[in-house]
Amino acid sequence: MSRSLSRRCAAHILSTALLFASALAGPAAAEGVFDGGKLLLTNGVSTIEGTSGGGLATWATIGGRGTDAGIGLSAHATVVELPDYGFQSHGVSVGLFNRVELSYARQNFDTRDVGTALGLGKGFTFNQDIFAAKLRLAGDVVYGDPLMPQIAVGIEHKRSADTAVVRAVGAAEGSGTDFTLSATKLFLSHSLLVNTTVRLTKANQNGLLGFGSAAHDDHSLQFEGSVAYQLSRRAVIGAEYRTKPSNLAIAREDDWWDVFAAYAITNNIMITAAYVDLGSIATFDRQRGGFLSAQLAF
Amino acid sequence: MIMLAAILLMQSVPEAPASDAVDWDKEFGVTEKVRDPVTGELPVDPYVQSDSNAGTKPFEGTGMAKAFGDQDGIRRITARTVELSEADPRIAEIFKAHDMVRLKRTLFEQFCYILNAGCSYSGRDMAASHKDMGVRMRDMNALVENLQQAMREENVPFPAQNRFLGKLAPMSRDVVTK
Repeated sequence: MSRSLSRRCAAHILSTALLFASALAGPAAAEGVFDGGKLLLTNGVSTIEGTSGGGLATWATIGGRGTDAGIGLSAHATVVELPDYGFQSHGVSVGLFNRVELSYARQNFDTRDVGTALGLGKGFTFNQDIFAAKLRLAGDVVYGDPLMPQIAVGIEHKRSADTAVVRAVGAAEGSGTDFTLSATKLFLSHSLLVNTTVRLTKANQNGLLGFGSAAHDDHSLQFEGSVAYQLSRRAVIGAEYRTKPSNLAIAREDDWWDVFAAYAITNNIMITAAYVDLGSIATFDRQRGGFLSAQLAF
Repeated sequence: MIMLAAILLMQSVPEAPASDAVDWDKEFGVTEKVRDPVTGELPVDPYVQSDSNAGTKPFEGTGMAKAFGDQDGIRRITARTVELSEADPRIAEIFKAHDMVRLKRTLFEQFCYILNAGCSYSGRDMAASHKDMGVRMRDMNALVENLQQAMREENVPFPAQNRFLGKLAPMSRDVVTK
């Protein structure tokens, strides 16, 4: 998909989400459907995959600001500026009664000059759509037993828009499905949020380079960990680590990590800035750079 | 329009004279509660008083009490939390049918006891005191936000705010009933 078209897509999705939210959140708030009753920050930061989490890692949290008696909505737009690539993600999610999260995200990965070197053409952009669902099984991130985390299972179906190209670089398939199990708890006594997630995945570079390869076409078990320290009701800093498979013979893949700071400017708008290290991507090493994300949540 | 006229007509019907009135309180066995002339509180059914009714063990040492400005600070924080909640359209309704005089006293005692600032807690336990209130998670969150504002206004350091909330958070099991 061309860049301008994907941009128009992003604008369209975001404006639809905004309209939807402003049209419904206003009058419905009085009736209590969009209750916006979650404590600040406890809806997490939208990940590049559209799920609620810490930016790169998925958490057990449910997106949107709805409580168990309401519905929440969330939209995000994220850019990651890397030495050789431009990575962009946007999406929307719905949280139902703090129990179920349904999300959609679009990822656009611009290869810029590397596209020429890889023989794909300058500015070739890998695109994928991610449809995800998450179910909170037990626990609460804030309340209840101080040692009992919020636990959730998730499923993320990813569809590359460039199946022919990802197959040409060695991927077995152009689409794949991840399964996640997450546990998240805010330890109030230390103002510390801890998340651990295990993920079964075949995804190469989270799916942008397809799924599996001729040699490695099984799901492998990967780990995502996050720690975050709450500085105030509105501000949090943290770090994340995410392991990844390395299925492709021609392009080694590294684990990801980041350090981030998130700030809730208002009850509905949160900005997250991070320094991310995405390692080697499509033979170009040391892809470290800046991550900036805006999240609108009701 | 007809409906409106009918409503207006109905409202203009004079009420029955008081002399004919049935004593509905007596009919339904309702006894009027009278405020204690000294404390200004409404009577409650008897219960066993114990510090364990506070729902958690107190902090050790004096650090938390200091962070909250000792008893004076705690008194201002509890009064402000109640004041904010009474004026908060999200949860004001819950407090309307409540004895606010008693709530302000018992909430102060509970916070003071937990913060180890030299008080005993004489109120009921969390399950008994919240049993008919129908508190939902969103109401609990609204109350937490009001408490956070009250603590912020008293310049309680944020880590101490969270440590205190960490003592209260597990009580959600008894407080949130809906």
